[in-house]
Amino acid sequence: MAKLKDLEDYQEEINQCVKCGACRAHCPVFAVEKREGRVARGKVSLCQALITGEVKAEGKVLEDLSQCLLCGSCEAQCPNKVPTDEIVAAARRRIVEERGLTTVGKAVSALLSRPRLMNLAAKTSGALSNILFKKIPAQSGLHLRFPAPYLEEGRTLPPLTAKPFRERVPEIIPGEAGRPTVAFFTGCGINYMYPEIGEALLKILKFIGVTVIIPKDQVCCGLPAVSAGAGATVEVLAAENLRALSRNPVDQIVTACASCSAGLGKIHPQMGEEYVAQGKKCVDIFVFLVQQGLAEKLAALPKATQRTKVTWHDPCHLRTRGITKEPRQILASLPQVDFVEMAGAASCCGLGGTYSVYHYQHSKKIGARKAVNIKESGAELVATDCPGCIMQLQDSINHLGEHARAVHLLELVLAALPVE
Amino acid sequence: MLESRILKALITIVGKDQVASEPADLLCYSYDATQQSFLPEVVVHPATAAEIAAIVKLANAELIPIFPRGAGSGFSGGSLPTKGGIVLTTERMDRILQIDEENLIAVVEPGVVTEQFQLAVEKVGLFYPPDPASLKFSTLGGNVAECAGGPRCVKYGVTKDYILGLEVITPTGDIITTGGPTMKGVVGYDLTKLLCGSEGTLGIISKIVIKLLPLPEGKKTMLVMFDSIDGAAQAVSAIIRHKIIPTTLEFMDGRTIDCVRQATGLDVPLAARALLIIEVDGDRDLLDKQAARIAEIIRPLGVVETRIATTPAESEALWQIRRSVSASLRKVNPDKFNEDICVPRSKLPEMIRKIDAIAEKFAIPIVNFGHAGDGNIHVNIMINKKVPGELEKAHDAIEEVFKGALELGGTMSGEHGVGIAKAPYIPLEITPQAALYMKTLKKALDPNNILNPGKIFLEP
Repeated sequence: MAKLKDLEDYQEEINQCVKCGACRAHCPVFAVEKREGRVARGKVSLCQALITGEVKAEGKVLEDLSQCLLCGSCEAQCPNKVPTDEIVAAARRRIVEERGLTTVGKAVSALLSRPRLMNLAAKTSGALSNILFKKIPAQSGLHLRFPAPYLEEGRTLPPLTAKPFRERVPEIIPGEAGRPTVAFFTGCGINYMYPEIGEALLKILKFIGVTVIIPKDQVCCGLPAVSAGAGATVEVLAAENLRALSRNPVDQIVTACASCSAGLGKIHPQMGEEYVAQGKKCVDIFVFLVQQGLAEKLAALPKATQRTKVTWHDPCHLRTRGITKEPRQILASLPQVDFVEMAGAASCCGLGGTYSVYHYQHSKKIGARKAVNIKESGAELVATDCPGCIMQLQDSINHLGEHARAVHLLELVLAALPVE
Repeated sequence: MLESRILKALITIVGKDQVASEPADLLCYSYDATQQSFLPEVVVHPATAAEIAAIVKLANAELIPIFPRGAGSGFSGGSLPTKGGIVLTTERMDRILQIDEENLIAVVEPGVVTEQFQLAVEKVGLFYPPDPASLKFSTLGGNVAECAGGPRCVKYGVTKDYILGLEVITPTGDIITTGGPTMKGVVGYDLTKLLCGSEGTLGIISKIVIKLLPLPEGKKTMLVMFDSIDGAAQAVSAIIRHKIIPTTLEFMDGRTIDCVRQATGLDVPLAARALLIIEVDGDRDLLDKQAARIAEIIRPLGVVETRIATTPAESEALWQIRRSVSASLRKVNPDKFNEDICVPRSKLPEMIRKIDAIAEKFAIPIVNFGHAGDGNIHVNIMINKKVPGELEKAHDAIEEVFKGALELGGTMSGEHGVGIAKAPYIPLEITPQAALYMKTLKKALDPNNILNPGKIFLEP
């Protein structure tokens, strides 16, 4: 099976770190706890020391390496573009190989042996309240994606849906002749928590005549497993998805979750040619909609007299791959919206995959900065393109005692279109 | 490894969570931007002057060296724990204590990041000009200890020109204050100036009183390309001779332009062999006039093209060229020695010619850019350490560059400091008598030589 890179494979990239300290200005984790081990320069040094054996995978080394959101903020500002997120993820895989998975890591690995359990989990749980969310079987990958196992007091969580999105819709929804055919990679967040986002996507694509295929046997993109260091899990999930997504010929694969988009577009392509080809086909839904000319169509609609002030949050997994213009272009073109830019739109919300499972208090502090920026922008809604961000943003806003709502931009697009 | 009773004593002073001695902790505080690494024996994170004083008293009694550290972003090794001992970080002391709009001063703790401070004072229409390239992450405490500079210094001066007073822990653990919140003050020796640039060898700064200016209303950025480095260097003198002092006068030589062009696809004509980024600030009405006047003054000096930014975004794009220099240099060779000599600005063309001759003599690429307006040149000697003999050649070349700068009445370091990187070359610039004066001072204040030992002056 195709493999992810080992820590040693990053030696060249590690050598590129000249210890200038620029990452200290951009790391969200360092901003809440000023310790050198929290910042990219420190983590890269620890990774180097792991390779040489100067330090062992224990104690503070584990703690420091767990204190990374894999958000890529440091790489974006690094003069030598050191990919600290990839290096830390590789170090975590090495640690897992040496020491075995943590409780959380084991949960995601369980997905491997019995992937169908995810569906079952959602079904049998019914419309779950926040408290019941704790009772989801440990096999659910959602435990990795969303901080449920160690759910702490005061965390706002959306209810799980009784019927997963992919069971609500047919596998093929035909569009108009001569229009593109796309596969929709839903991801777990949309499938189990926010099916309305998936439904909005289907209605919008139908409106523009696109044929959509939603392979039933697609599985988690594996990004939570990347964060947990469960390398073998990532590799198995990637292989399953490759099979599911290549069964029908499609022009492109669309995602409406930044993390899934990074999983297919950035992580999986590290594992070989066939994944590179698939990654090239993968496109974020807003990039796709702009390509299809929807921004112009929306901009041509008459502006509403009553408009809502909306700001945009850049999910890390879009921002690090340069996808920042298209969502803004769509948002600004909406007739019912006044788009306002907030300070720090590009800074991480603080969820960071499994990060907030282990470090909820830190995660909350990072989120709090974001919530203040949203408040100061005066926006009533903060739109984004990632179920994880939506959950974290809403949690942060609630803790600040504010009333803004976090929404997926697709919901706003749908509201602007003359469809059911 | 320190004895456990010392660790316990440190824990009693700052608390358990603020004393770190696991291998991971020591490794993460072993380096700075020189890329050299020395493991300390313990890292302590004090939060108050009283805690620092107690740590210093303990260290002085037990003869343990202390290495004060801000962001660890220095280029001369000033914060490196070269002799083990204690790394004392100011990371937790990061509060802006006061911004006084009536007296135009501010009081800050040493761990405040320079840019954060600038943004805070700019919010109320005030201005703190020193702008080292590291301003997004370096700390004010570190800036004061190294007397940091930056592009804006040509008009506004360096860090020490803005420091009115300090609270300092002496090498024997006393807390003293120097200067104060007044613009004038001549009682006693000017210890504030002495401590600015003392590289953590004479005291640990725990509080800083800073002078502020009113924020200029606007600024205008222009990029001028010349067909020769001489033209650019003459332009600098010409502008200043015409009684215009721009906010910044940054230059890049031909080789630097080539590097940036290669790395970023920079759109600059091949005929451009040097460029200046010139910025003027002040009342908005005057900016256009000043920019036009500058363009007129320098026109006869071989100008290939002039670009004047009309929007903040365009200005940002021009500055981006300057900012992309450091990273793009790596295309030339993997390792670099980044020196920062400073000569009287009228000697700039001569200095550049000298450096070119040195590069030719040793057959090593030397890339020059920097703050032309104040004669401060970043001389980047690019080598590959893995190639036998290159390192020795680089050292010889550096020595000749330093000698060249000194011959012209300049200095080895305009803003990076001596630390350990330039310590071997100190005798080139400082006479034995002057060195003795400095060492006598250090010995009197720090009889046990515990504060940042081995920095500035090499130890036997």
